[in-house]
Amino acid sequence: MLELIWLVPALPLAGFLTLVAFGRRLGEPLAGWLATAAAGGSFIATVLVFIGLLGEDGHSRQFQQVLFDWIPLGSLKVEAGFLVDPLSITMALFITGVGSLIHLYSIGYMHGDEKFSKFFIYLNLFLFSMLMLVFGNNLIITFLGWEGVGACSYLLISFWHTRESAAVAGKKAFVTNRVGDWGFMVGTFLLWTTIGTVTYAEIGPAAHALTSTTGTAVSLLFLVAAAGKSAQLPLYVWLPDAMEGPTPVSALIHAATMVTSGVYLLVRLNPVLTDDALTVVAIIGAATALFAALSAVAQHDIKKVLAYSTVSQLGYMFLAIGSGAYVAAIFHVITHAFFKALLFLGSGSVIHGMHDEQDMRKMGALRALMPITAGTFIVGWLAIAGVPPFSGFWSKDEILLAAWEKSPVLWVVGLVTALLTAYYMSRQVFLVFFGEARWSEEGDHPVHPHESPWTMWVPLAVLAVAAVAGGAMNLPLVADWLVLEHFLEPVFEHGHLHHFTSSTGTKVGLAVVSVVAGLIGISFAAGAWLLRKISTNKLEPEFLENAMYVDAAYAKVVGGPGQKGFDMFAAFDSNVVDGAVNGAGRVVQMVGRFIQPAQSGYMRQYAIGIALGGLALVIWLLTGVV
Amino acid sequence: MFAQLTQFESPPVDFFSLTPLFILVGGAVVIMLVTSLSPRPIPGWFSTAVSVAASAGAAVVAMVLWNDVRESGPYSTVSDAIGIDGFSLFFTVLVSLGVIATALVGDAYVRREHIAAPEFHALLLTAATGAIVMASANDLVVMFIGLESLSIGLYILAAMQFRRPHGREAAMKYFVLGAFSSAFLLYGIALVYGTTGSTSLIVIRERTSSLGAMVSPSELLIVGIALLLVGFAFKVAAAPFHFWAPDVYEGSGSPVSGFMASVAKAAAFAGLLRVVVVALGANEGDWAVPLAVLSAISIIVGAVMAITQNDVKRMLAFSSVGHAGYILVGVQAATAEGMSSALFYLFAYTFMVIGSFAVVSVIGWDNGHPIERYEGLAKRRPWLAGAFTVFLLAQAGVPMTAGFVAKFLVIKSAVAEEIYWLAILAMVASVITAFMYLRIVMAMWARDADVDDAPRLAVAPATAFVVAAAVAITLVYGIIPDSLIEFTRDAVPALVAGN
Repeated sequence: MLELIWLVPALPLAGFLTLVAFGRRLGEPLAGWLATAAAGGSFIATVLVFIGLLGEDGHSRQFQQVLFDWIPLGSLKVEAGFLVDPLSITMALFITGVGSLIHLYSIGYMHGDEKFSKFFIYLNLFLFSMLMLVFGNNLIITFLGWEGVGACSYLLISFWHTRESAAVAGKKAFVTNRVGDWGFMVGTFLLWTTIGTVTYAEIGPAAHALTSTTGTAVSLLFLVAAAGKSAQLPLYVWLPDAMEGPTPVSALIHAATMVTSGVYLLVRLNPVLTDDALTVVAIIGAATALFAALSAVAQHDIKKVLAYSTVSQLGYMFLAIGSGAYVAAIFHVITHAFFKALLFLGSGSVIHGMHDEQDMRKMGALRALMPITAGTFIVGWLAIAGVPPFSGFWSKDEILLAAWEKSPVLWVVGLVTALLTAYYMSRQVFLVFFGEARWSEEGDHPVHPHESPWTMWVPLAVLAVAAVAGGAMNLPLVADWLVLEHFLEPVFEHGHLHHFTSSTGTKVGLAVVSVVAGLIGISFAAGAWLLRKISTNKLEPEFLENAMYVDAAYAKVVGGPGQKGFDMFAAFDSNVVDGAVNGAGRVVQMVGRFIQPAQSGYMRQYAIGIALGGLALVIWLLTGVV
Repeated sequence: MFAQLTQFESPPVDFFSLTPLFILVGGAVVIMLVTSLSPRPIPGWFSTAVSVAASAGAAVVAMVLWNDVRESGPYSTVSDAIGIDGFSLFFTVLVSLGVIATALVGDAYVRREHIAAPEFHALLLTAATGAIVMASANDLVVMFIGLESLSIGLYILAAMQFRRPHGREAAMKYFVLGAFSSAFLLYGIALVYGTTGSTSLIVIRERTSSLGAMVSPSELLIVGIALLLVGFAFKVAAAPFHFWAPDVYEGSGSPVSGFMASVAKAAAFAGLLRVVVVALGANEGDWAVPLAVLSAISIIVGAVMAITQNDVKRMLAFSSVGHAGYILVGVQAATAEGMSSALFYLFAYTFMVIGSFAVVSVIGWDNGHPIERYEGLAKRRPWLAGAFTVFLLAQAGVPMTAGFVAKFLVIKSAVAEEIYWLAILAMVASVITAFMYLRIVMAMWARDADVDDAPRLAVAPATAFVVAAAVAITLVYGIIPDSLIEFTRDAVPALVAGN
């Protein structure tokens, strides 16, 4: 069944092509159902491939399918091929699974939008690109997918491009991601020139040949790439703005799948990563986690909270990679995909029910009116807050343990982040679903909150189940229960997978501390926002609401001295470069006019030309001189 | 006397190997017979259909033979006069595809210009037969016969637009200058025969390589090589033997110009590779550097002259001179890699140029093809403008098109032989010519073009098909060139005697 792998990306591609050709004619809701069917088919194909892979022996679980040799130039041999191994199949399972649910959800959410079919064209294209990214058997194919998901991301952020802010946000995402792409490309070139291959299966065995300096350079370049795509400091600024896109897009692309591709890339390249580079990754991850959690504390927009929360959780994943705990990183990628997609879709359901209202200050007491949304949202909240036995607890706990073994300082940062996470998520839940209603069914802006249609709540329910039970993939207490770790282990054959050394007592102690931290965060939020026992005046400082003014500072630099620099480049380009090019053109034109008379149109002159040319050739060949 | 006649033994002929030729000639005969004998007038599409069917049949048979050759090796037939190897079969396929494309584009063209369809298609088929004979010839005389069958067909095709003054002038020029250059070639053949004692390429190669001392330093052989070079350089339109090309391309009907720039050029290159590079390979020291110089002159002249033109057809003609120069970059390397890169270039260029001239044919106009006519084409016919953009960018050598891979491969083969000056020249010139191609592209996509009173353009389905197929080929081999590269690697000529 492994041979079916080509079907996995082929189905969304087929859906995309069909919709490009007939999407408008199919219209609503057929276009949406077709796209959903393509995504669902892709999920089924992934499951079949997964079953096929399980049939193989533990350490030979690696299957490559080469479609054709793509670029056979010189020593650079690039195949268009797929690599099926535990890592790629794990990623693909939740990408297609969560992806299918979000496709289904979008049918309800995008109801009535005039660009309904276009939305699903992008969604299918995104899914195809994401699968190419994950399944590509070399860096070049991954890069194609990387650019593909990026393009879909920009297109979907500015999907409602008549809205000025949406257009600007799309542009911002594009520009910021270029920095990451630079890292990806230079890293690929450097890897190719030093070890002569860009194919994953060959990188592993060849990686030991890298000197530590080159290895660190390569690692850091790919870190730049990953930081751009996965919104790490200092390149995170585009992700909060990306919330301008439709909510299903925020859930699929900007929470569950695309933003984790940086994590995937680093885990995939684990044989290359050096210890020095890993320390940098850990520090950036921890700093991002804390910084974004602080920023999330004071947001008013329901989606902005989730956006900063996503950045913060991605920081956790980087922290895990930096600590060498790749399995923990992937574990958190999966559980995060479940609960964050759930939270985003839930927020979308709220926004839908509140007639496009996104400000949490104008919500409240929605629990009774939207029972399914509220119930599932609460599950997502408990999962992200790290309450056992919800999935988020297990994956976060593993990361904190890895951080502890790397350095207690990192652990403290992670713990504070966990406390903050529990706090801001509780604040959100209490503001939206509990307390008194801060909206009214009458007045200037009448609102009639209502539960969403089944296409929207079914995905919520499925994701809620996954968010509860997802932790079962990797339970730490008994070695045999570490299913995910045993499954992924072959991927790290050539790298240095961190194995936990702490005693059981330490493990339990750390877990208890993190649970307590989470409970403190929840209780504090309950006191402030539910029971209103604590004054909330100073809990939303402007400094944090504006995310510590980092964005504003960027804007100032880019708009001020940056603008001058760009103008200088533009002037250089239009005067010197264009001047040189146009000048060359003009010189050539002058030469052309000079020799133009030879092309007189008279046959006798042409004949003489031929004869003279022939004579010159004969003389030259005979004597060696003209 | 009769007794003597019975002693004449005809050489053994492997008829199956010659089937592509028979099919093409048969197609021409069928067209002429049916249209002359039928009591009622036969519609134009009949000739087109026969033409396309015959070429498709020839291509299919060639692919079958290709399989045989891959399995049991190349061989010769008709007393070693015709070689069946990867090289000749590659050109059989290429020429057949060129004829199919030209016939389909020509269908609408002959109707619009009131040209006799049967003659047009019959001449295409006979000219194509000549082209294939050139690519398969293992004998200088057979080669010359092929060349003349091709040329005579082309002379008449060029003259078919005789109602236009430009057309008459172009045909006349092409005929006289073509005959003039054929004389050079014939002299060259005579001198090579005189010094080596044979017209068989197989024998010539043996004698020039093993008995180097006997013929080498024979001045007559060297003069013969020089004259052969002149003859072939004329046919491929390499500078300074290119003067005819702009006038003839401009004056002939656009489909015919496309045919000349693709099929006729390919056949002439096939002759050059077979005779000079392979059969006279031992004399590489004599012809390699002159070929490199011809290549450089062609690239420069093509680039410089194309920029000064204002007529799109003349631009394409001069760019065709430049492309001949680029192909020569691969030829002068005189290695297997160089030859296969030249074949790749010819294949890629065939579809770019036929597609370009198909677009030109649609735009068509009585008084030349000034670039102003293309302004705002994107507004009137976005798909057509898009296709032409692809062809022009491919000719400029933009990545992701077959044109880029082609340029890359020929330049790489020159670098491998350490002929850096030519590689650098080729790269610089490709930037200069990009200026000219982009001028047309920018004209087409100009935003402020006034297209309100422009006439409606009718694109016949057959033409649209050719344009679409050419775009597909140009892009597919630009993105995944691997299979075509493999194909050209197997198509390096082999001169072997016997079956």
